[in-house]
Amino acid sequence: MIRQLERTHGDMNMFEGSYSVSEITAHIKDRLDSDPTLQDLWVRGEISNWSRPRSGHCYFTIKDAGAAIRAVMWRFAADRLSFLPQDGQAVLAHGKVSVYAPQGSYQLYVDTLQPAGRGALYAQFEAVRERLAAEGLFETSRKRPLVSFPARVGVVTSATGAALRDILHVLERRWPVVQVVLAPTLVQGEQAPSQIVAALELLYRREDLDLIIVARGGGSIEDLWAFNDEQVARTIARSPVPTISGVGHETDVTISDFVADVRAPTPSAAAEVAVPDQTQVRVSLNGIQKTMTESVLGSLHKKGQQLGSLQQQLEKLSPELRIVRYRQHVDELVAQLERLGERRIQAWRERLAGLVGRLGGLDPHATLARGYAIVHKHGRVVQSTDQLAVGDELDVRVARGEFRAGVTSVEESG
Amino acid sequence: MENMTLEQALGELEQVVDQLDAGDLDLNQVLNLYERGQLLARHCQQQLDEAELRIEQLAGDE
Repeated sequence: MIRQLERTHGDMNMFEGSYSVSEITAHIKDRLDSDPTLQDLWVRGEISNWSRPRSGHCYFTIKDAGAAIRAVMWRFAADRLSFLPQDGQAVLAHGKVSVYAPQGSYQLYVDTLQPAGRGALYAQFEAVRERLAAEGLFETSRKRPLVSFPARVGVVTSATGAALRDILHVLERRWPVVQVVLAPTLVQGEQAPSQIVAALELLYRREDLDLIIVARGGGSIEDLWAFNDEQVARTIARSPVPTISGVGHETDVTISDFVADVRAPTPSAAAEVAVPDQTQVRVSLNGIQKTMTESVLGSLHKKGQQLGSLQQQLEKLSPELRIVRYRQHVDELVAQLERLGERRIQAWRERLAGLVGRLGGLDPHATLARGYAIVHKHGRVVQSTDQLAVGDELDVRVARGEFRAGVTSVEESG
Repeated sequence: MENMTLEQALGELEQVVDQLDAGDLDLNQVLNLYERGQLLARHCQQQLDEAELRIEQLAGDE
C-alpha cells in the first residue's frame, strides 16, 4: 500500500493506482481496529470541551500537557455515569480507539468513565495494577470456578452498610439454605485496608467456607480506595477458597476486582453469582423426579416384556405339550394295534371256517350215505385182512343202522 | 437422610439419576435407587421450604 502510494506520488498525472479518500480511510481504520492494544485500553487525562446534546451522546476531548484525543461516549454508556463530568476534571476512561471517517479523525470510544480525583491516586493505582499484573495475579488461569451449591459463604464488608443488606436480601431470596459468615470491617478510611486484610484472614482460618464475597456499596473513588490497596489485593489473591468482588457501582473498577476469582459489578450481583437460584433448582428437582419415574417405569416395562417373551418360550418347552403329543402317539399305537388284532382275528376266523369246511368233507356219515360201511372188530376199525381170521365176529355200521357179521373166509391182502 | 445437607442430598441425587440412566441394573436395584432418589428429592424440596438464612458474625474491629 505504502509503496503504491509513493509510486502514485511520483506519477502526478495518473488517476489509476491512486486511492479514494474513503478507501484510504477504511484502510487506516482497519489498521487501528486490528491493533489489540487500541481495542481495550484505559486512558487518563483531563476533560475539555465536554458536551452532551439532546441525543444523549457525549462528545469531549481528553488531554494532558502534551496531547489531546477526541472522545465520544454513547448514550447507553453515558446513562450509567455515576458523576457529572466537567471541563478540567481528571478522568480515567476505558474504551477503544477507532477512526471516525467523515471527519478523518481518530477518536476514543469510551464505555466507562471515572473521575480521577487526585492524580497521585491514579499513579498509585496504576503502579499497583502493573506490579500485580507483572506477578501474574490477574491471570485468567488463576481464576477458580465457584462451587454450584455453596453451604457456607464468608462475607467481608461493613456490618452496617447497604452492601450487607443487599447481599443478605439476595441470598435469602435465591438460596436461603446458605449460611453466612460475616467478617465485619471498615470499608473506607485510613483503617480500612488493614481491617479488610484482618477480616479476610479471620475467614481464611476457617475450613468450612465454600467462597468469600468482598463487597462495598457505591461511593466516590476515594471511598472505594481501600479496595485498590496492594495488601488487600494480595490478601484476596491468596484466598484458600474462590473469591467474588462486588465493589461500588457497575462502572467502578478496583484492583480487588482484578485479583478476585469472579468480578461482580455490585454487592447484589456478587450475591447473585455466589449461589444458585432456588426457583431453578426446584424446577430441575421436579424434572429429575419425573426423569427418574420415567426411567423406572421404562425399565419395569422392559422387564415385563422380557418376562412375557420368556413365558412364551417356556410354554413352547412345556412338558404338557409333550405329554399331549405322547398321548396322541399312544392312541395311534393302540389304534394300530387294534387294527392289527382285528385282522388277525379275521384270519383266524377264516382259517376256522376252512377247517370247518374240510371237517364237513370228512364226516363219515356222508360216506356211509353213499353206500360205504365201517367194519369194527372188538371196537377197532378194520382196515386190512391181516386183522381178520375165519370165525371172527364183526360189527358193521351202515348209513342207517348196524348189524353183526361173521368172517367165513380171508384172502391174502394185495 | 435427616442429617444430610442440601448439598450432599443434591450430590447423591445426581449420582442416583446417573446410575438409573446408565441402566444395566437388576430390578431390585432399580426400585431401591428410585425410592432413594425420590426420598432425596423430597428432602431437598423440604430443606428449601424450611430454610432460613443463618448469619454468624465474627468478632470484628468495626
